[in-house]
Amino acid sequence: MENRILLVTELGPDGHLKSSIRSLLAAAKALKGDTDVLIWGGDTTSALVEAQHLPGIHRVLNGSGATLAEGLAEMLCALVRPLARQYTHILTAATAIGKNWMPRLAALEDVAMISDVVGVESSDTFIRPIYAGSIWATVCCPESLKLMTVRTTAFPGVEGERTEPVPVENLPCPAAMPLSTRISVHTHAQEGRPSLENARVVVSGGRGLGSAEHYEALLGPLAEELNAALGASRAAVDLGYAPNDVQVGQTGKVVAPDLYIAIGISGAIQHLAGMQTSRVIVAINKDPDAPIFAVADYGLVGDLNLLVPELTAALQK
Amino acid sequence: MKILVPVKRVLDYNIKARAKADGSGVALAGLKMSLNPFDEIALEAAIRLKEAGLATEVVALSCGDAMVQEGLRTALALGADRALWVSSTTELQPLAVAKLLQAVVLREMPTLVICGKQAIDDDANQTGQMLAALLNWGQATNAAEIQMGEGRVDVVRETDGGTETLRLLLPAVITTDLRLNEPRYATLPNIMKARKKPIETLTPEELGVTVEPRLKTLRVQEPPQRPAGIKVDSVATLLARLKNEAKVI
Ligand SMILES: Cc1cc2nc3c(=O)[nH]c(=O)nc-3n(C[C@H](O)[C@H](O)[C@H](O)COP(=O)(O)OP(=O)(O)OC[C@H]3O[C@@H](n4cnc5c(N)ncnc54)[C@H](O)[C@@H]3O)c2cc1C
Ligand SMILES: Cc1cc2nc3c(=O)[nH]c(=O)nc-3n(C[C@H](O)[C@H](O)[C@H](O)COP(=O)(O)OP(=O)(O)OC[C@H]3O[C@@H](n4cnc5c(N)ncnc54)[C@H](O)[C@@H]3O)c2cc1C
Repeated sequence: MENRILLVTELGPDGHLKSSIRSLLAAAKALKGDTDVLIWGGDTTSALVEAQHLPGIHRVLNGSGATLAEGLAEMLCALVRPLARQYTHILTAATAIGKNWMPRLAALEDVAMISDVVGVESSDTFIRPIYAGSIWATVCCPESLKLMTVRTTAFPGVEGERTEPVPVENLPCPAAMPLSTRISVHTHAQEGRPSLENARVVVSGGRGLGSAEHYEALLGPLAEELNAALGASRAAVDLGYAPNDVQVGQTGKVVAPDLYIAIGISGAIQHLAGMQTSRVIVAINKDPDAPIFAVADYGLVGDLNLLVPELTAALQK
Repeated sequence: MKILVPVKRVLDYNIKARAKADGSGVALAGLKMSLNPFDEIALEAAIRLKEAGLATEVVALSCGDAMVQEGLRTALALGADRALWVSSTTELQPLAVAKLLQAVVLREMPTLVICGKQAIDDDANQTGQMLAALLNWGQATNAAEIQMGEGRVDVVRETDGGTETLRLLLPAVITTDLRLNEPRYATLPNIMKARKKPIETLTPEELGVTVEPRLKTLRVQEPPQRPAGIKVDSVATLLARLKNEAKVI
């Protein structure tokens, strides 16, 4: 039977398609089958045109309206569920939003789901990390509807645009439900910096930075020089050096930039889980035996308070 | 108000998991097991609500083989009032656990279920959301703050862009993130007392739930290792290597 694949995207805060859709397209390509893209949001106008020009897809389903603006799990399930059984596979990125709504849909449809897919072996067999990425499990999913969140760092994005837009089907916007409402949002702006998910270079700081002031004063200028996003270990977030949404690791974000620079981070397995597939890893740490050096391509042993300003200064030249 | 806290016993977070040589599973024999850290945070949240006079009873529940009773003893020592064990030797996948939890919820009628956001062994991050779906309750995952109100609960949740606050109608399901609280340690007298407390046993059959696994793990293996790197002796060498060898800057 031919696979029918639905990719559910997310829009960025600017209303444009997130680049993660390109990775979902790559996963869909590995599955092989007719692929539709579903976009949703309070106002999908800009994203709609972008979606219509994505390569290798059949049509775009468009869910636009006030009840979808907040991305609540209850509303997303109400949007996707009526269509679910038209598909053999529904994929979304393993983001906070995707991880929130997809298990809910799975239970409503009484199917098991697969989290954090990093590899597609066949249309029913997938690879996913468990135990903080220490182990990869190859899992067979016999459900007639396969629901999965995809770790986008594991699927290099499909490039290209189509010239002729694909057709759009507008979906009814689900009616409001009283179960949950969003009463406030607090977005942390990475002032002028690229986002952690898309940055080519990530500069991450840990407990070794010693204070929020040091974190910003030492890492800010270095990030600026490299046009890097800032990341952090859990310890740095817990201590208030950095906001929660930049935590890298098993229970934070997973990143795989071209260059990851870990500064004052020991390299606990939970941290490595979020960065060890980066192309090049640099570690700066005063402890020559810190486990981070085991995954670092280039290690620099010494006091970060001296080495980081020196590195920044050398780059400025 | 009653709070139900599902807890799972997992490989301790300090131990690096290894695949069995034949790839049939994870080598766990003889290794230290602990409560899932997110479940300790969930218990702590429930116990604090009780201490604040906002909850009347905290019920801990674990599904699995006889060993999971150890986790329930820890939960009792930390301050859970009662413990329920759903006894099963089948591999319990998140959907099965969610169905067991649903059946227990229908018996116990809690106002709030607080789960961990993910179990650090299988890292599925599914169970709480599935339970909310089965009960048709609202859900707030990745909780960083919980504020009880009249017939509702406000939850600050960690998102990819910062935080947001959701207002849920009660009853509801919450899953915990790392920064919700810092769990207490069990004191020795409480650990001793917990040993004597009864654990109520249920079975999937009694609860009318089929728990057969849906997903089949074909094999497990350790991921490709990164080739060993080198230590460089100066910032200048580092930059030279990054430019000329790695070509990333
Ligand atoms: C359930 C659970 C989930 C977790 N999830 C995550 C996660 O998602 N992400 C994550 O990162 N962690 C996570 N952790 C925490 C993890 O186990 C570690 O505790 C954490 O990563 C340590 O952070 P760190 O490396 O900044 O701090 P530390 O381990 O304290 O390391 C600090 C490092 O800085 C170095 N240092 C100190 N001063 C200097 C100096 N002047 N110059 C140079 N180097 C210096 C030290 O040598 C040391 O290596 C989790 C833990 C649990 C239990
Ligand atoms: C190769 C392999 C073999 C396995 N073999 C077995 C096996 O033989 N027996 C077995 O039991 N498991 C086995 N498992 C583990 C099992 O598949 C997972 O535990 C299951 O998929 C649940 O995922 P999770 O715990 O990550 O759920 P999550 O959705 O990440 O858990 C979230 C929360 O749900 C609650 N929760 C989850 N599970 C329970 C539970 N059991 N009781 C109470 N609350 C719970 C907790 O509050 C937890 O924090 C195996 C896994 C693999 C990969």
